[in-house]
Amino acid sequence: MAINTKIAQAPIRELRLDAITGYSGSVHDLAARTAPGCCLSNRERSFAQTSSCSSGCAQTLLSGIVDAAVVNHAPLGCLGDSLYQNIGYHYGQFHRNWPYSNVSMISTNMGESDTVFGGAERLKDGIREAWRRFKPKAIFVTTSCASGIIGDDVQGVIDELKDEIPTPVVPVHCEGFRSRVWATGFDAAFHAILTRIVKPPEQKSKELVNIINFRGSARAYITDLFARVGLKPVFVVPFATVGELERISEAAASLTICGTLGSYLGTALEEEYGVPYVKSTPPHGFAGMDAWLRGLGQAVGKEREIEALIVEEKRAVQDDLAQVRQKLAGATAVIGMGPGFSLSYIRVLEELGIKVLYAASWHYDQHYDHGSQPAITTELATEHQDIPFGIGEQQNFEIANLLKELKPDLYFSRHPGSSVWAAKQGIVTIPVMDEYTAFGYRGLVNFGWRIADALANRRFVNNLAQRVRLPYQQWWFEQNPYHFLSQEEAA
Amino acid sequence: MPDVVEQIRNVCALGALQSVAAIERAIPIIHAGPGCGQKLWSALSSGNGFQGSGYAGGHSVPCSNSTENEIVFGGEERLRETIENSLKVMDGDLFVVLTGCTADIVGDDTGDVVRGFREQGAPIVHVETGGFKGNNYFGQELLWESIIDQFLEPADAVEPGLVNVWSVLPYQDPFWAATLETIGNLLKLIGLKPNLIYGHGQGIKSVRSIPSAQFNLLLNPWLGLKTVQHLERRFGIPFYQYPALPVGATETGRFLRGVAAYAGIDEALVEAAIAREESRYYYYMERAADLFFETRFKPGHFITIADSGFALGLSRFLVNDLGLIPEAQFVTDKVPDQHRERIEAEFQDEVAGIPSPVIFTSDGGAIREVIQGLKFRERPLILGSTWDKVITRELQGYPLSVSLPVSDRLVLNRSYAGYDGGLTLAEDIYTVILNSFQ
Ligand code: SF4
Repeated sequence: MAINTKIAQAPIRELRLDAITGYSGSVHDLAARTAPGCCLSNRERSFAQTSSCSSGCAQTLLSGIVDAAVVNHAPLGCLGDSLYQNIGYHYGQFHRNWPYSNVSMISTNMGESDTVFGGAERLKDGIREAWRRFKPKAIFVTTSCASGIIGDDVQGVIDELKDEIPTPVVPVHCEGFRSRVWATGFDAAFHAILTRIVKPPEQKSKELVNIINFRGSARAYITDLFARVGLKPVFVVPFATVGELERISEAAASLTICGTLGSYLGTALEEEYGVPYVKSTPPHGFAGMDAWLRGLGQAVGKEREIEALIVEEKRAVQDDLAQVRQKLAGATAVIGMGPGFSLSYIRVLEELGIKVLYAASWHYDQHYDHGSQPAITTELATEHQDIPFGIGEQQNFEIANLLKELKPDLYFSRHPGSSVWAAKQGIVTIPVMDEYTAFGYRGLVNFGWRIADALANRRFVNNLAQRVRLPYQQWWFEQNPYHFLSQEEAA
Repeated sequence: MPDVVEQIRNVCALGALQSVAAIERAIPIIHAGPGCGQKLWSALSSGNGFQGSGYAGGHSVPCSNSTENEIVFGGEERLRETIENSLKVMDGDLFVVLTGCTADIVGDDTGDVVRGFREQGAPIVHVETGGFKGNNYFGQELLWESIIDQFLEPADAVEPGLVNVWSVLPYQDPFWAATLETIGNLLKLIGLKPNLIYGHGQGIKSVRSIPSAQFNLLLNPWLGLKTVQHLERRFGIPFYQYPALPVGATETGRFLRGVAAYAGIDEALVEAAIAREESRYYYYMERAADLFFETRFKPGHFITIADSGFALGLSRFLVNDLGLIPEAQFVTDKVPDQHRERIEAEFQDEVAGIPSPVIFTSDGGAIREVIQGLKFRERPLILGSTWDKVITRELQGYPLSVSLPVSDRLVLNRSYAGYDGGLTLAEDIYTVILNSFQ
């Protein structure tokens, strides 16, 4: 089960974590059938809509490292999402009061002749230009479908440039076609960071805590919270420097905002350098935050201080929570998010008094890198009534079908290009774009009020639903939402 | 400088899927890896004016999401089932199958698969747009070649006055939708019937009526030339080309006179229309004059960083209508070599007779290095992309995002084309200037 940092690339999630993208059932069923020792086989789709690929996830993380550069060895289109990453980068700079700069990314701009003769020269140009223009502390070379299929030897090119480029140049294997699970790209990026950037600890810290996250909008709050128990957060990977990443092996513990994101890095740091990785449920809502903070307390030996913090923080928002729960009582919801959020938000919404009718997850890891089932799955299976659950790579047509059938008051989604479709169906839609939405106690209450506001005025979605048409034929709405999933293989 | 690209301003050939999405009730089906659709939509739509998913775009585009299996064993079976089920699930008038890198490198016979469905009567065409073959301008030309060859039928008769409009590249230009409406309205002013093909109220019937047009209007210095030439060969439709997107009164007047002369429209009618429009235009421009002449914040020299047709239009407006001085013009649409000299000459063709250096590049690093080498005595006005705001701020200049990526503005029905477009651009420029200190 251990993470192997001796190999060139992280195995894809389908192989490493038995990740699946096709399933229809319920949370209890899923928990039972993916319990240790069991394994669910994937159900393929014979019809699908465009999803996302691992290079996007890899580049989202790497483009955010402030003094590194990314060279994408690909035709121009594969850097299409750099625009979106640049928006995210500016968003993070805004939260830090930093001056605006752009992500440092270069496309090698592969063309037809490169697919015939190989793209080595272009890749050299790209690496040289990245060095000349940005003088980065590290250069990450991300691969693509084109460079992967034609078999360009990225490491070979890097080796040839060794004497010329005085900074680490690191290959990141994130060809889109290798995996249906875009989160595989996180692992590709972490593998590169772990194997080539992170250094063995020189001096272990008692106060530094790695927080594996995306844009870090709750940075100020967490810094304040941790200061009260004598800890200091280090936010990785975006907005960290290469120098900070070199030393994450010295931290007292690692936490993550999302198990899907943090599994590879957190586990590897624990296995290689003894940095405890908190494997609790994510810190969404009250129960999630309790578990997250307690996990941290245990890891750093500050159980008592953490308990006091929990009591204080909870007390501060208790009345507010009661009020907003009243407002939301009786509302129904459907969830569509990545697995790090989808299951956890079942509990978040119920803490707010909202009834969850269905949850869909964009993929599912049957176990994490540390070997166990995601904690949230186990907890929902034991402490909670069963809820219908499905898995698909953000298949909007399946969600549209589900929503038409279930008619919830609310749809909660995470990932660009999903929530708008529910809004077009006249359903009040709450996108959970920021990873610190519903973060802990205060976050939960603030989130609750945001939902209450959305429910209080439904004009925009109502207007929209009356006027726009969905791109589906009536036939589709008469089918089962998971009509196109293949039959389960007999065990 | 090597042919690598920092800060992309255009995408790969598969970007043509957004041109399909720009045709009402047309549905792209992509035979590609799982990430292409998301990346291209990010670049062309959501990261560029937040243009939205539209009817069947964004993450609702049917896709084979090809993985290892399709690479090793070929993806034709997977494509066949994707198309078959797309036709059952998706409600559309025209389906366009576009391929990405995976399918084209592996060598799937997409044409054969699609032909099977077409022969059974499905309104479906295919185009091989593997990203390595070229950029999205190239993809656009391939797309229309496919639609012309695989879908259009000769017309029974020519419809007098009907003009097909080939101009801005949808989604690449975030203002495309309203710009097309504006061009349509300008053509109506002089009695022509525009066939805009893309955007609101168009759709399949506009596509089908392409062969019956009296002529094609190519409102671009190069993009679309292949398409109108192909239409000329195939259906005998002649074309009229005007290179610059007309912005403001001077250029719009020139454009209208040009197209009217070509179409043989009565000169008096055209002059009357222009006079009417100019009178209204100057009613508003006169108001702006107080600010222009009494502000301490008149911009210094200007720079445009945009696709050729748009850059030309912007530059001519700023020189000919507003009386500003150009510093450098960056042309970012990867203009094929054979068109460059002519486009350079067009940039010198200002009514005011003021020359301006033209630089063909889409590499943000190259642009930045040129700009850093320039000397500005006053705060420059830089009409470019959101990427360029960083260098503009360093120069204490005035940035306005007008070309991909426009990620700091929501673009709905804004356009800088025509008479109103010139006024809108003047408003936007001075909003930036006045906002910079209050
Ligand atoms: S370059 Fe190829 S793999 Fe990349 S987005 Fe374009 S078609 Fe897809």
